[in-house]
Amino acid sequence: MSLDLRSKAELRAEKRKNRTGVYLVSPGLLVLALFFALPVVILLAMSLYVKPPGAEVGEFVPGFEISNYGTVLTAYWPELLRSFFFALIATVLALLIGFPMAYLVAVRLREKTLLQGILLVLLIAPFFSSFILRTQAWKQILADEGFVAQALKFIAILPADGHLTATPIAVVAGLTYNFLPFMVLPIYANLGRLDTRLLEASGDLYASPIVAFTKVTLPMSAPGVFAGTLLTFIPAAGDYVNSALLGNNRDTTMIGQVIDSRFFKIIDYPGAAALSFVLMISILILVTIYIRRFGTEELM
Amino acid sequence: MRQKIGRWLIPVIGGAAFIYLLVPIAYIFVFSFNDGGRANLQWQRFTMDNWLNPCGAPAVCESLGHSLQIGVVATVIATVLGTGIAIGLVRYKFRFRKLTDVLIILPLATPEVVLGASLLAQFLNLGWELGYGTIVIAHVVFCMSFVIVTVRARVSSLDSRLEEAAADLYASPVAAFWKVTFPLLLPGIIAAALLSFAMSFDDFIITNFNSGAYQTFPKFIYVSATRGIPAQANVIGSAMFIVALLVVVTGQVISYRKNKQLENS
Amino acid sequence: MTTLAEQTQAERTSGADLLLSGITKRFAAFTAVEDLDLLVPSGTFFALLGPSGCGKSTTLRMIAGLEAPSEGSISIGGVEVTSLPSHRREVNTVFQSYALFPHLSVLENVAFGLKRKKDKQAIQKARAGLELVELAHLANRKPAQLSGGQQQRVALARALVNRPQVLLLDEPLGALDMKLRRQMQLELKKIQTEVGLTFIHVTHDQEEAMTMADVVAVMNGGRIEQMGPPRELYELPRTAFVANFLGKSNLMRGTVSGQSDGMLSVDVAGRTILLPAQRAVHTEGEVVLGVRPEKITIDRAPLAGENQLSGTVVDVSFTGTTTEYLVQVEGIGLIGTFSQNRGQQPAAEGDTVFLAWEAEHSFGLAGDESVNAGVPS
Repeated sequence: MSLDLRSKAELRAEKRKNRTGVYLVSPGLLVLALFFALPVVILLAMSLYVKPPGAEVGEFVPGFEISNYGTVLTAYWPELLRSFFFALIATVLALLIGFPMAYLVAVRLREKTLLQGILLVLLIAPFFSSFILRTQAWKQILADEGFVAQALKFIAILPADGHLTATPIAVVAGLTYNFLPFMVLPIYANLGRLDTRLLEASGDLYASPIVAFTKVTLPMSAPGVFAGTLLTFIPAAGDYVNSALLGNNRDTTMIGQVIDSRFFKIIDYPGAAALSFVLMISILILVTIYIRRFGTEELM
Repeated sequence: MRQKIGRWLIPVIGGAAFIYLLVPIAYIFVFSFNDGGRANLQWQRFTMDNWLNPCGAPAVCESLGHSLQIGVVATVIATVLGTGIAIGLVRYKFRFRKLTDVLIILPLATPEVVLGASLLAQFLNLGWELGYGTIVIAHVVFCMSFVIVTVRARVSSLDSRLEEAAADLYASPVAAFWKVTFPLLLPGIIAAALLSFAMSFDDFIITNFNSGAYQTFPKFIYVSATRGIPAQANVIGSAMFIVALLVVVTGQVISYRKNKQLENS
Repeated sequence: MTTLAEQTQAERTSGADLLLSGITKRFAAFTAVEDLDLLVPSGTFFALLGPSGCGKSTTLRMIAGLEAPSEGSISIGGVEVTSLPSHRREVNTVFQSYALFPHLSVLENVAFGLKRKKDKQAIQKARAGLELVELAHLANRKPAQLSGGQQQRVALARALVNRPQVLLLDEPLGALDMKLRRQMQLELKKIQTEVGLTFIHVTHDQEEAMTMADVVAVMNGGRIEQMGPPRELYELPRTAFVANFLGKSNLMRGTVSGQSDGMLSVDVAGRTILLPAQRAVHTEGEVVLGVRPEKITIDRAPLAGENQLSGTVVDVSFTGTTTEYLVQVEGIGLIGTFSQNRGQQPAAEGDTVFLAWEAEHSFGLAGDESVNAGVPS
């Protein structure tokens, strides 16, 4: 038995304090437990369901059919790999485009509060104009008969029978576009705290602007870049709106589309559940490796 | 020489990226004035009809109403619950902290299809009818993690000595919260609520899994995309963008003026 | 309009005795305060002096109710408050960081406590409080728009207007520059005399403690080493820590070799030094003998004085009003002293000099003390 050295008054004060904490945290945690943790467990159970002989479409009984995983993996490993590949390229592109945006707003425009504010609004406001509407707009902008495709064909960058939509490039561009704000906002939040005097100090210590950037700015914005890449990669890997609207049926199908159609069109709940689970676990593994390799103490 | 490149490279790339971000919105705005019939694919001629009669196309305004309602309700719930967790996590000790941390981060690391699919499995299991209620629950779950992360950053940067000072000045824990903690967290809470509303309003994938026949605005557009989206949807998309712009710009201008005043006084 | 000071004059009894008995505070890894007994009479300006980490701030937080003691009890004005939460104690604190509410104006900050107590005259009293600290013209500013000294005064007014039984000051002047500090010390002392509240002032600055407080308690390692009026502490330290932390001391090891007429003879490296028995902690065996630098006179010629030493000057430093000397005395070590810069300098580096002081200025400490305890490093 350990000896509790604390007095009654101490215990009372601590209890009073911690009770408040429990009241604050419990309702939210209950919601997360009931509608996040439990559903994931049910999904796991469902992925092992069995289709009894002679059952109707959509009829399954609880079981322990591990081979469900083998079946869907054999059938859909290309879509799974493609999803990660597309998401990876989109994340890299979003970082290349997003970092200058964040740097421009957070550092270069620091003194110009009003312009900074307006650009910040432009980053968030697109959320309100529906991302499907915007994706559809891209589809029409890049359509074969549209101005962009015609112009590219005219200067012979695009072959006469080439397309811009219904290609892997269009899907990756759509993913990059749609998740760009998720990349920019965390980096912005981090660069906003960057003390520009540090850059002056490094300039004073004979660092060229490029050295100052790589030795000071980049490491200091690392937590933002880290959060931004995760917030872009994860939803991009699971997305299916871009591949559905901007892709074709051959070489752009992503895993999200497969899960959706197994759930709603083919009514194969165990297969869809197994694929969802595979997606979730692979993302968790990738994210864990990423955190181990590059992670900072404060994640978000 | 290299210094000069650095000087203009950032504004050029950054500026181009902002244009890239706004191209489809400009397109949506322009085509909201198109008299393009049901499909609105090709530019025909200019008309104000769509703006004068935004509810002209069937189901556009109904689905918008649904999305707005769900957005508000889910945001209020997620903000209240998420703020509670954020404060509790930073300020208090309790058992199962590690587990709690995992439970908060995991939804952020889970793709929307998986969140949607698992909730669907849960609702099927419970035998709940899909519709308004199930959508709100689903939205609360994924918005809450964003609220927690946003508000938690604000709570961590809040000087806990201010709360001690309040207690020292006869403020009960409840009074200290409402008079000191809450006003200081408010900017963070507002930002979290805005983000939460935006995420909910714009969500398609999770909603699609858990809505049954219930129509939301993104769902309406996705379904009509195959046949052609009516121009009224462009009107609403543009209007929402402009309203969001006005709301935030007004807020910015107010705080800008306030700061100026502070500097001058 | 009556000023706060006038209002308080009418209720001079508002300050209350503070009694800590057997207070101990343990944290996971260490004991911050150990078995502390303390009585602060009503209306006293009391200073808790000690180096950082000595437990003085923890003691203050326990009095304020921000920390619960592990053992012991606290009573204010005869009423036990040990388990009373902070917001129900008639105690207010001026925090080291001031902890002003950034979202409230100066006036709202000062009125905060009165409003929580549902005082109908909260705003008038807050205005009076701001007048007392001469900041009435800044009532509508936000704290961020004030200078450090102004913020400090707002924090003081915010605590004072509640007229608590005990006012706690946690290194309130620590963030100010030297000049402002001296000015605020005088103001604080003046205000305390005016309002007559019990003030408990925590500081690591010995000069600040001595100029302001009626009673000083020197804390070290969670205990009170010695407590008393500043002059008494200075003239007759009872431990090496107090001797070194509160001003400077020359400490030397010796053995008591005899006693006559209440005067001890102490053998220090072969020389006999006189020490009054009532100024010694131990009257026999090994002792540490001490004398303050300013009590020693220095000259090149032999001097009159009951205690005599001689040595070689190894360092001379000019400080304006005085010149400080370090003298190497064979078998004892370095002795510090100084002389007023009135005329000729009594010695230069390398000179052989004579040192002398009166026996009544010697003090004796326990023989097992470290002569370097409490020396600022």
